[in-house]
Amino acid sequence: MIRVVLPAHLRKLAHVDGEVTLDVEGLVTQRSLLDALEARYPMLRGTIRDHVSQQRRPFVRFFACEQDVSHDAPDAPLPAAVATGDEPFLVVGAMAGG
Amino acid sequence: MSGVRVLVGTRKGAFVLASDGKRERWDVTGPHFGGWEIFHLKASPADPNRVYASQGTSWFGQLIQRSDDGGKTWEPVGNKFVYDGVPGTHLWYDGTPHPWEFARVWHLEPSPTDPDTVYAGVEDAALFRTTDGGQTWHELPGLRTHESASSWAPGAGGMCLHTILQDPSRSERLFVAISSAGTFRTDDAGKSWRPVNRGLRSEQIPNPTAEVGHCVHRIAMHPSRPGVLFMQKHWDVMRSDDAGESWQEVSGNLPSDFGFPIDVHAHEPDTIYVVPIKSDSEHYPPEGKLRLYRSRTGGHEWEALTNGLPQRDCYVNVLRDAMAVDALDPCGVYFGTTGGQVYASADGGDRWTPIVRDLPAVLSVEVQALP
Repeated sequence: MIRVVLPAHLRKLAHVDGEVTLDVEGLVTQRSLLDALEARYPMLRGTIRDHVSQQRRPFVRFFACEQDVSHDAPDAPLPAAVATGDEPFLVVGAMAGG
Repeated sequence: MSGVRVLVGTRKGAFVLASDGKRERWDVTGPHFGGWEIFHLKASPADPNRVYASQGTSWFGQLIQRSDDGGKTWEPVGNKFVYDGVPGTHLWYDGTPHPWEFARVWHLEPSPTDPDTVYAGVEDAALFRTTDGGQTWHELPGLRTHESASSWAPGAGGMCLHTILQDPSRSERLFVAISSAGTFRTDDAGKSWRPVNRGLRSEQIPNPTAEVGHCVHRIAMHPSRPGVLFMQKHWDVMRSDDAGESWQEVSGNLPSDFGFPIDVHAHEPDTIYVVPIKSDSEHYPPEGKLRLYRSRTGGHEWEALTNGLPQRDCYVNVLRDAMAVDALDPCGVYFGTTGGQVYASADGGDRWTPIVRDLPAVLSVEVQALP
């Protein structure tokens, strides 16, 4: 079971409290994780990554195991601890605006 | 009419202000979508409880929300706005070609007859439509692919399609206004468009009388007389008596011909309202006095409306979508400010009272007269 922590605005949009847990088939990557997240919560489509390009929105960052994985390739495997559910995958709204 | 509902979009959420027909006591609910920018929300004329809202932030992009109970509860609907085909380019601020990029929905205009049909004006400028209650949105590409589109350039606020007017007597005729391309009209339900800007004069552009390139801030129409249009341009208040074919300046004795909103009295097609703002770089009322101006002659002759409005030390702005009129008798007039006040007049503008004083900066105001 994959654990995902969403920022407050997206938790509210998806009507969830706390962490989201997901089943992800096959290799756990940013793409497969976000595909599963958006399949379960369709209202999140377009809020984390662009509808068409599937690129991460500029002010959204991804963290895992205390590492910024925002710039990792979308099909690169996420850390094993995320795949096992020992560590969450964090979707973070970037601090910006002064 | 049993009452009115004022729909307010702000920098940090949506608010619903409700009153009975006297419009003296108001219930304020919100913020809905707290923390999100609500550029615009508007109800369907065909179903007063159907309300659409444009919600967004720089972080999480564009959402569209829909309510089926007059704004009490909401559900997100489709938010996929994809230009039809290869989007092409328009001009950027430095004069170089820049790809068309979707940024946000500025304005939602529900159909007068079908609650599931809504037009959306977006940045970068294009017109979208849903016919399934907001679940899916499709571009009407004839506007963005107009032969002049590669020469369109953004204004300071972005290249936004901010005004959509539907001719109630000819369903296939629409007007849109784009900053800073100008006004366009279709007579075939959006398949083809042409600029209707003859008579506009903008000294700040290379050709002051060019067919496109004018910074139109807002256009308005009275439904009983759809061939007559009123315009607040970047500078100049304008009027057209031939559905946009030609325009004449009607700024008259206004203290500033710069401003953003313009609207028409619900029962008097020649009574119009503007909010003069001091120049394009200061963006606050002349002399620190918040004054609406009303013309009962369709322009040229204007009177200041001040009763109940701050007449000293007032430096707020009133944005292009932040004024509306209701259909009660007497006609109600409403506007919101960047200082978070929403003012209401239940007598056509003679006397004003604030409904609320301390909202986030107001981006849009719409009003419904409820059955």
